[in-house]
Amino acid sequence: MLRRILAIFISRNREFYRDKAGLGWNIIMPFLMVFGFAFIFSDEPDNLFKVGVLTTDGELAAETSPFLAMLHVSFIPLSDSEAAIAKVERHQIDLLLDPEGDPSYWINTHSAKGYLAERLMQSAYAASGPLPRRQTVSGRALRYVDWVLPGVLAMNIMFSSLWGVGWVIVRYRKNGVLRRLQATPLSAFEFLTAQVLSRLAVVLTASMAVFVGADFFLDFVMRGSYLALLLVYLAGAMCLISLGLIVASRLRTEELADGVLNIMSWPMLLLSGVWFSMEGASFAAQVMSKFLPLTYVVDAARRVMVDGAGVVDVLPEISILLGTSLLLLLLAARLFRWD
Amino acid sequence: MTTLLAARELVKLYPGVRAVDGISFEVARGSCFGLLGPNGAGKTTTLEMLEGISQPTSGSVLYEGQPPDRRFREDVGIQFQNTALQDFQTVRESLTMFASLYGRTIDLGDLVAMCNLDDILERDTRKLSGGQRQRLLLAIALVNDPKLVFLDEPTTGLDPQSRRNFWDLIEDVRARGKTLVLTTHYMEEAQRLCDEIVIADHGRIIAQGKPGALVQEHFPASVVRLPVNAWSLGTPMPEDCEVRNGYIELFSEDVPPVLERLGRSGANLSELRVETPNLEDLFLKLTGHGLRS
Repeated sequence: MLRRILAIFISRNREFYRDKAGLGWNIIMPFLMVFGFAFIFSDEPDNLFKVGVLTTDGELAAETSPFLAMLHVSFIPLSDSEAAIAKVERHQIDLLLDPEGDPSYWINTHSAKGYLAERLMQSAYAASGPLPRRQTVSGRALRYVDWVLPGVLAMNIMFSSLWGVGWVIVRYRKNGVLRRLQATPLSAFEFLTAQVLSRLAVVLTASMAVFVGADFFLDFVMRGSYLALLLVYLAGAMCLISLGLIVASRLRTEELADGVLNIMSWPMLLLSGVWFSMEGASFAAQVMSKFLPLTYVVDAARRVMVDGAGVVDVLPEISILLGTSLLLLLLAARLFRWD
Repeated sequence: MTTLLAARELVKLYPGVRAVDGISFEVARGSCFGLLGPNGAGKTTTLEMLEGISQPTSGSVLYEGQPPDRRFREDVGIQFQNTALQDFQTVRESLTMFASLYGRTIDLGDLVAMCNLDDILERDTRKLSGGQRQRLLLAIALVNDPKLVFLDEPTTGLDPQSRRNFWDLIEDVRARGKTLVLTTHYMEEAQRLCDEIVIADHGRIIAQGKPGALVQEHFPASVVRLPVNAWSLGTPMPEDCEVRNGYIELFSEDVPPVLERLGRSGANLSELRVETPNLEDLFLKLTGHGLRS
C-alpha cells in the first residue's frame, strides 16, 4: 500500500514541479500581493496623534485630565489595560493615558510620534499640576504589512490547496487518468492520500519560500513560535485540501470545478479577515466568518506572528481545523468516483 | 481449452438506452477473443463491465469461475481507448510508476524491447506519435505480466503501417500465452488476430463463432464483383444480384457458370473480380449497414 501511495505521490510531484509556469505562479503570486500592499500602505493614513485613554465605562470624561481638551489629537477610550499597552508597543496608539487615581502614562521609546505626544501632554498639564507617572515600553511599529502577511500566506495556502487537488483530480477524471488508475490495484484511499501528501508538501514548501523571501524584503514581525505557525498552516492546508477533495469527488468538467472552487474561496477571501479585521464587520458577516476554515487559519497565524502566541495558545484553532479535515476527508472518500 | 472469462446475460441500462441488452459469451484461456460492431453497438460498454470498470445493471462476469475480486486487478492488463497519462512524465517514468502499483511485474527491460520503446524512453509522453503512444499504452497494460489483456480498439486512428506493426506486437503478446479480449471495427484486424469473435449491434450479439467458420456459414465460397457500368445502357443486368457501392455482387459456390452467364449478358468483364467473402461482407449482410457508418 505504501509503495503504491509513494508511486502516485512521486509522479504527482514531478508533474507539479516540471510545470514551470504553474510553479512560478505559485511562488510569485503571494509576493506580488505582499509588495502591492506594502506599496499601497506605505503612507500613514492620517496625521493625527492617537492617544488611548483608559476608562472603565468607555466614556471620556473631560474633567479627569487637562490633556483631553487638546485639539487635533484623537482620544480613544480603551478599557483593557493589557491590550492597550500592547497597542503602544505596536505604535497603534502614540501614547496611553490612565487619568484615574494615580495618573500614569505609557509611551514607546521607539516612537517619534510618541515623543511629540508626550511633549503635548506635558504642556497640557503644565498649568494644572503634577505630571502623571511616566512608564515606557518598547517595540517596533506594527505596519499593515506585518498585520496582513499572516493572512496573505493563509490565502495563498487556500488557493493552492483548493485548486491543487480539486482542479487536478477533476482534470484526471475528464482525461481518463483516473480510469487508467482504477484499472490497477490502487485503491481510492491510496490515491487520495497520495494527492493530499503531495499537495501538503507543495503548499508548505511554497509558503516557506514566500515566508523567507518576504522576511528578506519586508522585514516583517514574527513574535511567536515557529512551530506553532507551522502547525497552524499545516492544519489549515489539511482542512482546505480536504475541502478541495470534496469538490473533486464527483465533478467531471474543469469549468464546473473552477466555478465551485471560486464560490468557495471568495467568501473566505472577503470574510476570513485576510485583508481587514472582522471586528468592525456586521453581525451576519461575523457569524458567517465563523463557518469558514480560513478564518481560523488567519486568526491563529496572526496571533502567532503579531501577538507572539505559542503552540498552546493556538491549540483550539488547530483542533478545529484538524477535526474538520477528518470529517471532510471521510466524506470525500465516501463520495469519490473514479469515472 | 478451459474458460478464463465468462459474460452471463450482461445488461447495461443508461437513462433512455439499453446500451447492452443481454450479452453472453465465454473466452477460452490462451485465445484471442474479438468483440466487433459498429460505433454505438455496445462494445466498449461490454468491455468495461468485463474489466470491472463499470457494474452491469444485471447479469454477471466470472473470472476463473468466480466473481472478480481484488486478485482480478493484479491479473489483468487494460489498454483503454482514451487514456491520458499524467503530464510531464517520460515513458520510463510512466512505466515505473505503473509497475509500482502491482505486486507482480514483468522485467521492464524485456517489456521495453518487446514494445519497441528503447528510442523513446526519455521522451515526454505528450510528445509521442499515435503509434508510439499505443505501444506505450500496451506496455503499461502488460507491466504486471497479466494473464488476461483487454484492448479497446487498439489500432483506431493509426496509419496502415503502424497498424500492421501493432498487429505483430499483439501476436507476440499472444505467443507468450496471454489471453486477449479486443474490440475493433476493423474486420481485417479481427480476421487476422482473433480465434473467436462475436458481432454485436444495438447491444445484442448477432453472430458468434470462429471468423472463417462464420463467413462460411453465411456465404457461398466466392463472390463475383463487377462494376455496374460494365453494362451498356439498355442491357439488362442479371436478376439475382445485389448492388453495393457501384458493384453488382453474385455469391456462388461454383464460379465458372456465373462467369459464363455474365459473358452472355453482354457485360464488359475487364474489371471483373472473384473474391472470397470476408467479415466485412458478413457484417453488412447481418446488420444491413457498414461497420464505420
